[in-house]
Amino acid sequence: MKTYTNKGNKDTRSGFGAGLTELGNNNSEVVALCADLTGSLKMDEFQKQHPQRFFQVGIAEANMMGIAAGLTIGGKIPFTGTFANFSTGRVYDQIRQSIAYSGKNVKICASHAGVTLGEDGATHQILEDIGLMKMLPGMTVINTCDFNQTKAATLAIAEYHGPVYLRFGRPKVPNFTEEDQTFEIGKAVMLTEGTDVTIVATGHLVWEALEAAKSLDQAGISAEVINIHTIKPLDETAILDSVKKTKCVVTAEEHNYLGGLGESVARVLSKNNPVPQEFVATNDTFGESGTPEQLMDKYGLNSKAIQKAVKQVLNRK
Amino acid sequence: MSNIQELENLSVQVRRDILRMVHKVNSGHPGGSLGCTEFFVTMFNSILDMKDTFDMDGKDEDLFFLSNGHISPVYYSVLARAGYFPVEELNTFRLIDSRLQGHPTTHEGLPGVRIASGSLGQGMSVAIGSALTKKLNNDNHLVFSLHGDGELQEGQNWEAIMFAAGNKVDNLIATIDLNGQQIDGATDDVLPMGNLKAKFEAFGWMVLEIENGNDLESVLKGMNKAKSLTGNGQPVCVLLNTVMGHGVDFMMHTHAWHGKAPNDEQLELGLSQNPETLGDY
Repeated sequence: MKTYTNKGNKDTRSGFGAGLTELGNNNSEVVALCADLTGSLKMDEFQKQHPQRFFQVGIAEANMMGIAAGLTIGGKIPFTGTFANFSTGRVYDQIRQSIAYSGKNVKICASHAGVTLGEDGATHQILEDIGLMKMLPGMTVINTCDFNQTKAATLAIAEYHGPVYLRFGRPKVPNFTEEDQTFEIGKAVMLTEGTDVTIVATGHLVWEALEAAKSLDQAGISAEVINIHTIKPLDETAILDSVKKTKCVVTAEEHNYLGGLGESVARVLSKNNPVPQEFVATNDTFGESGTPEQLMDKYGLNSKAIQKAVKQVLNRK
Repeated sequence: MSNIQELENLSVQVRRDILRMVHKVNSGHPGGSLGCTEFFVTMFNSILDMKDTFDMDGKDEDLFFLSNGHISPVYYSVLARAGYFPVEELNTFRLIDSRLQGHPTTHEGLPGVRIASGSLGQGMSVAIGSALTKKLNNDNHLVFSLHGDGELQEGQNWEAIMFAAGNKVDNLIATIDLNGQQIDGATDDVLPMGNLKAKFEAFGWMVLEIENGNDLESVLKGMNKAKSLTGNGQPVCVLLNTVMGHGVDFMMHTHAWHGKAPNDEQLELGLSQNPETLGDY
């Protein structure tokens, strides 16, 4: 099976920061807004290089979303930055009316998603954001897996006209995708081909899925790993083509099983080709304080949990 | 159009439009619409510097945002009579497949509207954003917004008010419709907001009051004065004193007609107080 090399652990939020810095130099219409988390979002370099195009809004996320919507009128491409919790739940109605329903070209960039935010605990660890955002008509929802992919996605969404939710995280995780990749919104990435089971993963769980596939391969189980960076619009063809071959699927995400990638995949399968599915996701719960590794283990969001789910789904085939 | 008589004739016709629109579908918000008729008529005919054709970006022209979207009847009537879309389309207000939704939206592509509003408290942030873009684009035109007084109970406004002053957004004129009424009663009974002039000033805005927002000459003079205050490092707030339901005697000075349509008899009475001037749609 195809294997991937970790070129060194890096945080996905730094991929966003690097992409934004590049956009700052290459696209004069790009502007950025931050709600008092410039360092955490890695937006400092953009702020330093383009002070006129950077807006510090203070601890006022609702206002930030409205200002971003207004900035589009006259051609600007605003990128908002704050934690995922404050990018979604806190400002849902502002996004719904002023951005999504109004069809504004705003890029909502959300860091510290999921339990891997770690020690700050449940108030800051949103596990419902993918669901909230994918339910908004016209909203594109992207959850990237590593530094390189996050940078590529940041560049790609500036070229796309329409509201986007870009989700990434805080911890340093393996950086394994190509440095100069082309990021195609809505197009799944086939990572390893296999015949026994399809593993559809997003975000931090993609590397865990690859690790699981390696272990499963040693146990004689051939897993096909698909990296779904775009949850909406979902690459239905890639999923259906794969399960035609494997006849079962495991979905893996750092999110509640309600409203997440798994439910989107289940909808596609139930409509077109119902096959057994297992969900690696949080089980309708809030998070808690701890290290990212401890939390991923406790909430069943790692390679070990994926392998267990694969065995369960194979038994149901 | 700057002749006061012409603006007066248009105001009377707009009041007829408002009454007929909400009566036809037995829904909508006549009270606040009637109270803001003189403001809208003045803005779209004598204040705003606008291009002949509508485009979303609105570069090199003044922009207007309605934050309290429920007073869509007056907005639609004035937009139509300013040539944004056919006046006959007022017939479709709140009907299925119409561009004239209950609350204004960009979603159906109605010319004149650049943001959806209805869920209250969001318009000032949007107006600030577009004002910042005007500065980035070296566009010297102004951004205007209108807000209900009750709407200021929404906290997002105060985030926006703080930001606009702190960032010297001085190409913005935000008007507050001070009619003292909201759905559940007088604003002073529902949630007293205290001295709004002092509040805006304490936040760093320049504040101008229009004592009689239902008098065309006062509105014209006041809004021109507001324009002259822009460009001085501070955002400008206009406190516009209006009477909810103005021009239809039984609808005045009460919150009862905030979101209620007149019946047939009430419509006739209201129309008789506002005889046709420019022709009904």
